[in-house]
Amino acid sequence: MSVSPHVRSPESVARIMWTVVACLLPLLFVSVFIFGIQTLIVTAVSVVSCLLVEAASQKALGRKVTVADGSAVITGLLIAYVIPPGVPYLLPVLGAVMAIYIGKHLLGGLGYNIFNPALLARAFLLATFPVAMTSSWLPPLHGMSIFSRLGRPIDAISTATPLAVLKTQGMAAVSQQFGGAPTIYSTFFLGWRPGSIGETSGLLIVLAGLYLMYRKYITWHIPVSVLAAIALLTWIFGGPDYFGGDPLLAILSGGALLGAFFMANDYVTCPTGKTAQLIYGTGIGALTVLIRLKGGYPEGICYAILLMNPLSSVLDDWFKPRRFAPPLGGAK
Amino acid sequence: MTALLTFPKGGVHPPAAKELTASLAIEVMPVPDELEIILGQHIGAPCTPTVAAKDEVKEGQVIGEVVKGLGVPLHAPVTGVVKGLGQSAHPMRVSVPSLLLATNHEAAPASYSRRDWRQFGKDELLKMVHRAGIIGIGGAGFPSHVKLNPPPDNPVDTLIINGAECEPYITADHRQMLEASAEIVEGAQIILKILGIENCWIGIENNKPDAIAAMGKAARESSGPGRITVAPLKVKYPQGSEKQLIHALTGRKVPAFALPSAVGVVVHNVGTTKAIHDAVALGKPLYEKVLTVSGRGIARPANLLVKVGTRVSDLVAYLGGVKPELAKVVMGGPMMGFAVSTLEVPVTKTTSSVLFLTEDEIDTTPHSPCIRCGWCLEACPMGLEPKEVAIHVEAGRAQDTAKFGVFECFECGCCAYVCPAKRPLVQFIRLAKMKAKK
Repeated sequence: MSVSPHVRSPESVARIMWTVVACLLPLLFVSVFIFGIQTLIVTAVSVVSCLLVEAASQKALGRKVTVADGSAVITGLLIAYVIPPGVPYLLPVLGAVMAIYIGKHLLGGLGYNIFNPALLARAFLLATFPVAMTSSWLPPLHGMSIFSRLGRPIDAISTATPLAVLKTQGMAAVSQQFGGAPTIYSTFFLGWRPGSIGETSGLLIVLAGLYLMYRKYITWHIPVSVLAAIALLTWIFGGPDYFGGDPLLAILSGGALLGAFFMANDYVTCPTGKTAQLIYGTGIGALTVLIRLKGGYPEGICYAILLMNPLSSVLDDWFKPRRFAPPLGGAK
Repeated sequence: MTALLTFPKGGVHPPAAKELTASLAIEVMPVPDELEIILGQHIGAPCTPTVAAKDEVKEGQVIGEVVKGLGVPLHAPVTGVVKGLGQSAHPMRVSVPSLLLATNHEAAPASYSRRDWRQFGKDELLKMVHRAGIIGIGGAGFPSHVKLNPPPDNPVDTLIINGAECEPYITADHRQMLEASAEIVEGAQIILKILGIENCWIGIENNKPDAIAAMGKAARESSGPGRITVAPLKVKYPQGSEKQLIHALTGRKVPAFALPSAVGVVVHNVGTTKAIHDAVALGKPLYEKVLTVSGRGIARPANLLVKVGTRVSDLVAYLGGVKPELAKVVMGGPMMGFAVSTLEVPVTKTTSSVLFLTEDEIDTTPHSPCIRCGWCLEACPMGLEPKEVAIHVEAGRAQDTAKFGVFECFECGCCAYVCPAKRPLVQFIRLAKMKAKK
């Protein structure tokens, strides 16, 4: 290629993707100590499935095989991070087919997919395996060996997530099971509560997000607007009276942090303009709270993001970047 | 000095790579045996030769004139004999007519003596600039006498001398600001007199502190009606782009498709300003060029004063040849220059550098689909949407791209520089410009 510019920045798609992978891995390591070796197995199944489905899809569709760019690894990690750690191993495999083959390659491949592939997989699994997807939550090990749960039937050990407890039994039950303020904040922030891998350590998610901001791979616009909307709307509408909700708990619960830092701002499916991103993030936050408080599911960020995904290009169309200077006499 | 001046939106920071040549004084390269002088050196109508084969010409003599339309005359860079009309390889226009000149090495070089230009009026000065063949030699090649005579409905109050030199590798302007500070400042005084104004800024990127000091000293010592101020600029590409530079220094935004005179500003590059000085104060036409030959693929990088018409192959021979790692030869800067496929390309008045780049210095990764990261939107100094243009061109909808501002794009290359998918965004935009309707 001989067109200008002849020099290029050292950044590349693969470098971005593998950096995100590196940022996601600490959560996995921590989850092994919280829930046991199952999380590692589920994640490995998911990642390997995604890589295989990616290669097979690209071969089948006559495209260049690009499994080395790291994007299928991210999808694999994220699928594992948003499903219960105790699910049968078939689920991540099916999730990979849904995410990579249908959600990504049938829609045109990397860059053309409208919906976040990992979340599409989660929505699909929740619809097809409702029992496994809502009941395979593991309680924290609290000192037990990480191998202690291998081979044990899942219904003997499973438990409910805090948001599910909140939904069905109310705040008093949450305080009773997971501790009252301020212990509950630190418990949730560090990750010692039932949930998916991606719901464990808020601390690690925030650190990874800050690192990605430092590398200039992401900006604050989407994460902050998502979390601010969740906090604000939960504070107003989430309690017994107006302005009686717990905004901090809302952010630390469920997939809010993982969604805000790693899914809502997925390059391909989010808007590119900064104003558009703020509106998009606020929309995700608002829909999340709506689903949590009024909908049938305890957690709503997955659907909130999927609902906002197709609006990305519309928002970009509405909020164009400001030109350097308009032509004389206005009008373009 | 508080915060350094710069333009507010977009821009990138490519590795400067100026250390290869920044400390090397300008050397006068020996004149090659044959020169190849392209007839269309400027924007406008190309020159028609005023000499025929076998004619003897003297250094500085007019050898081409523009018969009809915009343009400036062309001068013989050496004393010698016309060999005839030829065709030259051209990085953009493939093949263009040129004059071949055989150098007479025996002839004494032309000498020019200093004259008091302050005695001349505006019209006489403008004519001197025109007759000396001065064009914007920073790259654009626009005839300078036209820029110096802005339309009366756009009164100009500020002159900007562009010493930003924001393209990586190039140090030709840097060396001229060090070695010819007084001449450049005097050139600025001449331009101020022609424009009938007093206010002049010299904008220099802050990575050239020695040039800022030298030009500041020359400006303070300059006797002339003009107030000339040196302004250090933040190092950020494309700081030297006309619209970005004007905005940084004056806060004025040149409207889309308008000339700087629309906001009362005229901009000249330091090399052009030096050429205007030479034309007016010495009576010397423009037929020599200071350029940077650099990159890790040439045996000896250098800043050279060469005759217009010197071939790149002559530069290579003089500088000890190319290295085996050489991967690409670029005329102009690495951000906006053009790759050439042959070394038999002549230097023109607007050639500011010839770069010999190795595999390590360029990026040949094949491009992949857009992942909509939006980095190009952040990098674009004009607030355009390169990714959308490229996606539309790929989808066969180039004709619909005017709304993304393709005609406001000046092809600085920031978008393609940052693109992690290595998409040739500038090339997509060029294709869009050909298809889209204004």
